Amino acid sequence: MTTSVVKVNDLSKTYGAGETAVYALKKINLEIQQGDFVAIMGASGSGKSTLMNILGCLDAPTAGNYWIRNLDVADLDEEQLAVVRSQLIGFVFQSFNLIPRTSALRNVELPMAYQGVSRAERRRRAAEALTAVGLADRMEHQPHELSGGQQQRVAIARALVTEPAMVLADEPTGALDTASTHEILELLHELNRKGTTVVVITHEEEVARAARRVIRLRDGEIIEDRTWAA
Amino acid sequence: MGSLGLREIWRFAWRGISSNRMRSSLTILGVLIGVSSVIILTAVGNGSAAAVRQQIEKLGTNSITVMGTGGGGGGFSRTRSSTAKGLTIADTTALNNKDNAPHIKQAAPILNATMTCTYGNISATPGSAKGTWPSYFEAANSPVDKGGYWTNDDVAQKRGVAVIGTTLAKNLFDTDSPIDKVIRCAGQSVTVVGVMKSKGTTGFQDSDDVIIMPITFVQRAIAGYGNISQIQVESIDAKSTQLAMDEVTAIMNSQHKIKSTATADYRVLNQSTILQSSTDSSKTLTVLLAAIAAISLLVGGIGITNIMLVSVTERTREIGILKAIGAPKAAILTQFLIEAMMLSLLGGISGVLLGLGISHFSILGVVPVVSLSSVLTAFIVSALVGLVFGGWPANRAASLRPIEALRYE
Repeated sequence: MTTSVVKVNDLSKTYGAGETAVYALKKINLEIQQGDFVAIMGASGSGKSTLMNILGCLDAPTAGNYWIRNLDVADLDEEQLAVVRSQLIGFVFQSFNLIPRTSALRNVELPMAYQGVSRAERRRRAAEALTAVGLADRMEHQPHELSGGQQQRVAIARALVTEPAMVLADEPTGALDTASTHEILELLHELNRKGTTVVVITHEEEVARAARRVIRLRDGEIIEDRTWAA
Repeated sequence: MGSLGLREIWRFAWRGISSNRMRSSLTILGVLIGVSSVIILTAVGNGSAAAVRQQIEKLGTNSITVMGTGGGGGGFSRTRSSTAKGLTIADTTALNNKDNAPHIKQAAPILNATMTCTYGNISATPGSAKGTWPSYFEAANSPVDKGGYWTNDDVAQKRGVAVIGTTLAKNLFDTDSPIDKVIRCAGQSVTVVGVMKSKGTTGFQDSDDVIIMPITFVQRAIAGYGNISQIQVESIDAKSTQLAMDEVTAIMNSQHKIKSTATADYRVLNQSTILQSSTDSSKTLTVLLAAIAAISLLVGGIGITNIMLVSVTERTREIGILKAIGAPKAAILTQFLIEAMMLSLLGGISGVLLGLGISHFSILGVVPVVSLSSVLTAFIVSALVGLVFGGWPANRAASLRPIEALRYE
């Protein structure tokens, strides 16, 4: 338990009630260790996005427990959840979700602003993160001036700049061409090698192959959980 | 909360405003119109009140007029009822008795007449021709500007001398100096010795279209005036005017043997009481104008709510991203509140400038008097408008659930 980043116990999520109720997740049990690289796979409607939203503290489960770094998420109020998202989780979205008309550097600085990091320190760390994702020469570019792959790298820099407990990537390569997909996967791999826990939600086998552990979901249940030797 | 990165929040608010300049400008315009109309309209109201106040001051707050009401036609009546005693020189003398009237400085009789005056081939009928004593000039707050006054000796000798108002001076002499010119009034030769300081216009009456002569001369020149029309009384100072009025009433009652006010054959008036009602009505005007202006400021505020709701809706997804990367509710709330306040303050500042600018010009004949309080109120209210009217949309934004905000397309 000491090294687990995520622990999920009998986690269920239901939309609606009564006869029309949809069971998105059915009593999921899951534990993710510090430093792991996990791919959560499944077809659309399998419940993988719901799981990702709950793991990211964006949504609350209907039943069951979720501990992130031994913190029971059910005990946290909205302000505390914001702190958890800010300090423990780094998000990477399929559609990049950068703030428009705002430079790459400022986009990466933003999460640190909510943590009260000083301006100079933010600058320094954001520049460092952008350099780490290979965008040292694109810092002052705005999102619309960057390619899809570049935008996603900015998003990854934004996710890792706060040194979170885990990086949650939701279909990170879903909107990218093959070349960019390779770049992003390589980047996530690199990130993991340096010790960051990475959880990727995907329906692409190629993406899943990059991971050390693959969890397959179908109809809200885990049907496979395989780990390859490191 | 610690540091929310206030600079980031400001930057975000500014980005919100500048991302749609036309929309923001129109919203600012709404507040601008509201704020400037508050300033201009209250200034117009204040200006007309100030004009009335100045008029009162010119007429003198210590002057009191006693008018005979015996004939039912007021002091200007030519024919007096035989039962009414009318005002007399004796009444005036009684009012000048310091023992009975310590608060009366002096009293002067006035005989109103109608006469036509000619100078060469120019003829004019002054709106008011009065016969009186020299003390009238002080009692009625009518100082001479050019030339001098005629004297008690002129009264005793019934001499044809006159002090005239600026309007009559212009009518008869145009730009020439009227001093020492001899004119003919009611068939008599009259020497102009002075011109009074201009008083301006009260309602329909031009206070400067006057000629003032010794009362004895007017009585001699125009037959049929036994009694006098009015008595002009001056109190010792503005504070004592009411006491002086009470003394006038007491003395007149005793002179005319009147037991109750209902049977009084005279009336005591103070110029300021006459004009008090017009001051009140201009206050009402100010309040009314301010209310209209306040409504337009309210409409401006609703404009802010409207635009902020649009802005929140447009940026729902962005709010979701901010929340996902850890923005607390307070940061989102502050961001949108600052955006709303920037809109309203930009409107407020430009409204104040426009209001002050326009108030330099006279509006509908009124010289606006800008009050600092109206400027401050309009400005502070405009800031509050941003807070209050932006508060609801901002709270809506801050309360969005991140998962729903992120899904928003």
